[in-house]
Amino acid sequence: MNHLPIVPILLPLIAGSVLLLSTKWSPNARHAFSLAAVVGQLAAASMLFVTVREGPVLVYALGGWAPPFGIVLVVDRLAAALLVLAGIVACASLLYAVARDTETSAQRFLALFQFQLLGIQGAFLTGDLFNLFVFFEVLLIASYALLLHGLTADRVKAALHVVVLNLIGSALFLLGVALIYGVAGTLNFADLARAIPALTSADAPLARTGALLLLVVFALKSALLPLGFWLPRAYGAAAAAVAALFAVLTKVGVYAVLRVYPLAFGPQAGELANVAEAWLLPLALATLAFGALGVLAARSLRIAAGWVVVYSVGSLLVAVALFTEGGYAAAIYYLVHSTLASAALFLVVDLVAGDRTSAGDRLDTADAMPHGALLGSFFFITAAAVAGLPPLSGFVGKVLILDASSGHPAAALIWSSLLGAALVVIVALSRAGSAVFWRTLSPSGGARAPRPSLAALAAPAAILGCIAALVAWGGSATAFAQAVGRDLAKPAVYVDAVLGGGHAQPDDRRRLR
Amino acid sequence: MEALFAIAIGTLTSCAVYLLLRARTYPVLLGLTLLSYAVNLFLFASGRLVMASAPLTDQGLERFPDPIPQALVLTAIVIGFGMTALMVVLALRAIHATGGDHVDGGER
Repeated sequence: MNHLPIVPILLPLIAGSVLLLSTKWSPNARHAFSLAAVVGQLAAASMLFVTVREGPVLVYALGGWAPPFGIVLVVDRLAAALLVLAGIVACASLLYAVARDTETSAQRFLALFQFQLLGIQGAFLTGDLFNLFVFFEVLLIASYALLLHGLTADRVKAALHVVVLNLIGSALFLLGVALIYGVAGTLNFADLARAIPALTSADAPLARTGALLLLVVFALKSALLPLGFWLPRAYGAAAAAVAALFAVLTKVGVYAVLRVYPLAFGPQAGELANVAEAWLLPLALATLAFGALGVLAARSLRIAAGWVVVYSVGSLLVAVALFTEGGYAAAIYYLVHSTLASAALFLVVDLVAGDRTSAGDRLDTADAMPHGALLGSFFFITAAAVAGLPPLSGFVGKVLILDASSGHPAAALIWSSLLGAALVVIVALSRAGSAVFWRTLSPSGGARAPRPSLAALAAPAAILGCIAALVAWGGSATAFAQAVGRDLAKPAVYVDAVLGGGHAQPDDRRRLR
Repeated sequence: MEALFAIAIGTLTSCAVYLLLRARTYPVLLGLTLLSYAVNLFLFASGRLVMASAPLTDQGLERFPDPIPQALVLTAIVIGFGMTALMVVLALRAIHATGGDHVDGGER
């Protein structure tokens, strides 16, 4: 058996545990070790990506117990792409944390960072609903601690809301899991794809309740309206490197929607076909509009960056909510782009705030920045990427979403919301940029902020480089996204790869009960 | 027995919701704990309630409990325990950092 699929789970687990014990190491040794660990994870993710790029699905049965009875890890194109994405963002944000923030390069922070990655990568890899819950909890516990790191009053307040909301979310998740297990007798994704269409009409309403409860949970994780109000304040209060990594966290919720609904509750699911469709599209459109208005209303750059995440989740879920092959393809392309763009935005905003000694990230008139030209160009490129202006990848992503929705009955509404929200975000970001970089006083001769170190600049530059690569190799990126879309629209490949030939028939298990 | 079980879950949940809406950290914490009890019972019941039977399975037994929900509940209890501990620490921290036990910080 190929053991590569377990590496993205084992590597952060071991690295994080070693870092917890590394009290006697020098800070430099700790930094080097953490960076080596995330680069190793990126390398493992890239190898998985290369393996599954042409279509094979890797199935890793833990302990050799065959599915659907054992626990499986499954790597298909979607999971591999997200693993690589998480690896890239993790490398950049850890580099930034190490290069810039003294408070975030402490020993415990580095260990928590690894555990956060363990949760994220585990959630991408898992092949069943219950382990999705377990990895959600792992990533949440780590994220609470990372969010709290530094323990300012702002962070404690934001974390309190996030923790309470997510604990209620976990309770709903378990209720959904129990309902689905109670009627289907399985939690394995592939097995659910076979069991759900075969449900009797007496059991179907229970499974529908479970499916919609899960949708509430995924909506909470991905900050879909009306469950997304916690996000801007929490992300705005977090340290920059943490906020950049959190850009991946909301996408875990989107990934869960993409994984569960097309597979188990897709058009082939009999009485439960397309349960999520009626809810997801209106909520996604509302999130899109609300996120854009939030960017406009924000009075500091960090909060604006938080609303940008909400806005991008809205556009992303509009594409997902089409539940068509083209919609999935657009969603996966835009998902990669928007994660990179929001992560870069958090890092750039932090650089800008550090350079304005008096005003920080508030949108006020302040002394001219000592390195305004350099950071201004970073901000300009990032803002253009976020707003979806050509020639960057946000534009391609938007066009893909518009194209995928053109045949939809609500196409007019979708087009006008997407384009209108994009316009509002452009206005908001250009207003923020001109307030910070142009409407300035002449320097009053106080202490000048030192020039950001090369490593700190390299982190956002690397992410922006990836965004540029997404356009430069746009042809193959789009072709890959379309292949993912095909996989999601025709789940038979995934199901056959996991269950293979010699699995127990559902009837055998019914008899067990 | 199903009715008793359902009433117990319902009572726990309604108490939990009431406490969660109190907007003070300690009642919220108790509410979350009660909610997790209710959820654990619910999860346990998803394997069907079986009386007067072997705890797991036995040779030649016709009806026996489904072991998977038991394993799921065990995992959920452990995770819930860790989360409660974190929440206690966080609530104490919030009182020190914001000067009150309101969930929005401070004394309202």
